[in-house]
Amino acid sequence: MSEAAIEVSGLRKRFGATTALDGMRFIVEPGVVTGFVGPNGAGKSTTMRVILGLDTPDEGTALIGGRPYRSLRRPLTRVGSLLDAGALQPSRTARNHLLWLAHSQGLRARRVDEVLEQAGLAKAARRRAGGFSLGMRQRLGIAAVMLGDPGVVILDEPFNGMDPEGIVWMRQFLRSLAAEGRAVLVSSHLMNELQDSADHLVVVGRGRVIADTTVAALLARASGDRTRLRTSAPQAQHVLANAGATVTRTGPDVLTIEGLHPERVVATLTAHGVAFSEVSAHRATLEEAYMELTRDAVEYRAEEGAR
Amino acid sequence: MKDLLHAEWTKLRTVRGWVVGLMAAAAAMVALGLVPGYQGTCDATCKLPVGPGGEEVTDTFTFFHQTLAGDGTITARLASLTGRLPDPSREAGGTGTEQATGEATKEGLAPWAKAGLIIKASTQRGSAYAAVMATGSHGVHLQYDYTHDIRGSATNSPVWLRLDREGDTITGSESADGVTWKTIGAIHLKGLPATVQWGMFATSPQYAAPATGSFGLAGADGGPTQATGTFDHLSKTDGWTGEQIGGVDHASPIQQGGTIPTQEGVAVTGSGDIAPAVAGAAGLGTTITQTLVGTFAGLILVVVVAALFITAEYRRGLIRTTLTASPLRGRVVAAKAVVLGAVTFFSGLTGAAIVVIVGQRVLRANGVYVHAVSAFTEARVIAGTAALLAVSAVLAVAVGAMLRRSATVITAAIVGIVLPYLLAMSILPAGAARWVLRVTPAAAFALQQSTAQYPQVDNVYTPVNGYFPLAPWAGFAVLCGWAAVALLGATLLIRRRDA
Repeated sequence: MSEAAIEVSGLRKRFGATTALDGMRFIVEPGVVTGFVGPNGAGKSTTMRVILGLDTPDEGTALIGGRPYRSLRRPLTRVGSLLDAGALQPSRTARNHLLWLAHSQGLRARRVDEVLEQAGLAKAARRRAGGFSLGMRQRLGIAAVMLGDPGVVILDEPFNGMDPEGIVWMRQFLRSLAAEGRAVLVSSHLMNELQDSADHLVVVGRGRVIADTTVAALLARASGDRTRLRTSAPQAQHVLANAGATVTRTGPDVLTIEGLHPERVVATLTAHGVAFSEVSAHRATLEEAYMELTRDAVEYRAEEGAR
Repeated sequence: MKDLLHAEWTKLRTVRGWVVGLMAAAAAMVALGLVPGYQGTCDATCKLPVGPGGEEVTDTFTFFHQTLAGDGTITARLASLTGRLPDPSREAGGTGTEQATGEATKEGLAPWAKAGLIIKASTQRGSAYAAVMATGSHGVHLQYDYTHDIRGSATNSPVWLRLDREGDTITGSESADGVTWKTIGAIHLKGLPATVQWGMFATSPQYAAPATGSFGLAGADGGPTQATGTFDHLSKTDGWTGEQIGGVDHASPIQQGGTIPTQEGVAVTGSGDIAPAVAGAAGLGTTITQTLVGTFAGLILVVVVAALFITAEYRRGLIRTTLTASPLRGRVVAAKAVVLGAVTFFSGLTGAAIVVIVGQRVLRANGVYVHAVSAFTEARVIAGTAALLAVSAVLAVAVGAMLRRSATVITAAIVGIVLPYLLAMSILPAGAARWVLRVTPAAAFALQQSTAQYPQVDNVYTPVNGYFPLAPWAGFAVLCGWAAVALLGATLLIRRRDA
């Protein structure tokens, strides 16, 4: 077996008539930020709750370093997690919130002050958490994650409600965690949030994994051999289609051509005397790649079923 | 488990509202207990005699006696036992003689009216004795040293009675004809002096019955009663002295007894009792239990804090944080219960100790007679009240873990624990009140009972008067049973349920 920090295999779970997890299976490796993406309701949060021993799956296992979460002793020193930054007793101060968590793991109060400092909350430490903005609650949640200096970090939608500055901070934070050799699993329903921070992606839909790949491979696959053409000539679409290309109008004066090498595109247009202002290789964004994947989800599922 | 307890303690102490709530529980008990509700007319001279067993006793009767040196036997026939009772129905109108005396009475016997033979260490109130007697409606009894009671036959007067003294041993016998004797019992009166007083006595206790026709706070009707025992066939006919033992200063006519020699013997008329002193309608003053009337208010606060201590976590989703930090869920419930129970016990102990100790002084300063209790009983009442609060808190935590919603849990806990007590103490009829205080968690209020209940003393033995249907520890066991069942349910549920 690999040195997987988190190993999820064959998770199935139903809530009444709804199938929340339908064979969820992936691993998270140390030193890597693994993005966990999918539309709302794809089963991301349920999977995380199962990993953390909060929900019991109907089938399958979720292991942390080879052991179920519930068997971990002082689990916060192994796994730091943030599911809901709003889960706070409003009348308790930030410091006291971290203090009871520290005491539950046999940690000292000094560690609480360290993580408050790290999260930039030192000044707000003795304020009631109920008065915190969402951004400050996220920081308090991050402080709680780091309390036990865990090797595995699990964050559910950490970008939610963050201002642009906070998003930049969070991305750097995730990168630094991976650089320190920790395994990081971070979920989001917006792919662009993960564009600059995740190395590996687990794309899910309807309770199962659609794609389990690196960011680079996903981008390459999504970009394909497509060409972007800028022209105002109306006959361009007809000419290129006759040359064997699949042509889609993707904007005013913009066509996207598939199935024809850019050189052949230029040659064809020139041969027919069609004027154009720009030809370039198409570069997909992660968002587009993701949209494409989730659009195909139904078809993918059908193929899976046939296998 | 140590880390978990530490964490739950930190959680509890860092929410100011909860800490204030638990301190306020103690403060409410003290405040309600010290509110001067009772006024009385007792001063320092108002003191009950103490019997050989150390308990407070009533020792008021008419004694037709002489001295006995060494061993001996006394025999007499109780020819008749008659008496007078208060007549509340005629009090309002008041006609004839009743109006003249200001006291309405009618013919009749209190059930525990007593007349018979007695051997007593001295005429000092509270001294050791043994007596064989006929009663108003309980038949023949052999009683000694106030708290001890042995049943004889069910016959009423006329009846022959006999007492034998042989050293420390007193034997009581009865006979229908003065020929065939039946021994009721032979008892030992330790340390009985060689020279004692013996003779005939009559007395009749304060009559008390739950007020009928009144809905609401259970009251009691009552008043002094009188009994006259007419004796003949006295085994000794001369040397007698009539004396009233422990008379009342401003006695009403019915309380005034005396001895009237007759042709064949003597008629002894008396009012009072030779029995353990009881608090409440038939007795004098109140008990230390009265100082703890505010317990229900403290209990409400404790139960609310206990419910919030766990349900607030469910409401905020904080329970997930707790369970990721401590995945052994049964232990989480246990740690919460232990921490809250311990803190509540401490708070309750402080409040109960203050109110019982200071409250007694306040009541006495107001002229209310407060029955003396042993140090053990006082400690049991104080610690018991703290335990009642603590285990109720544990019960509320367990119910909270099961039902999760704050409003539901607080309602359930108050309806299940506090309401039965309040109902039993107010509008419920005595029978229903006793039933409620046997089966609901409120049974643990029995820990607050400070005086004993005696079958040979008629009284309104209701919860309102500080008498509970279960023994203190049995009542506490009922509450503990509820808490144990709830904890078990909470543990099973929290383990099975998704968080």
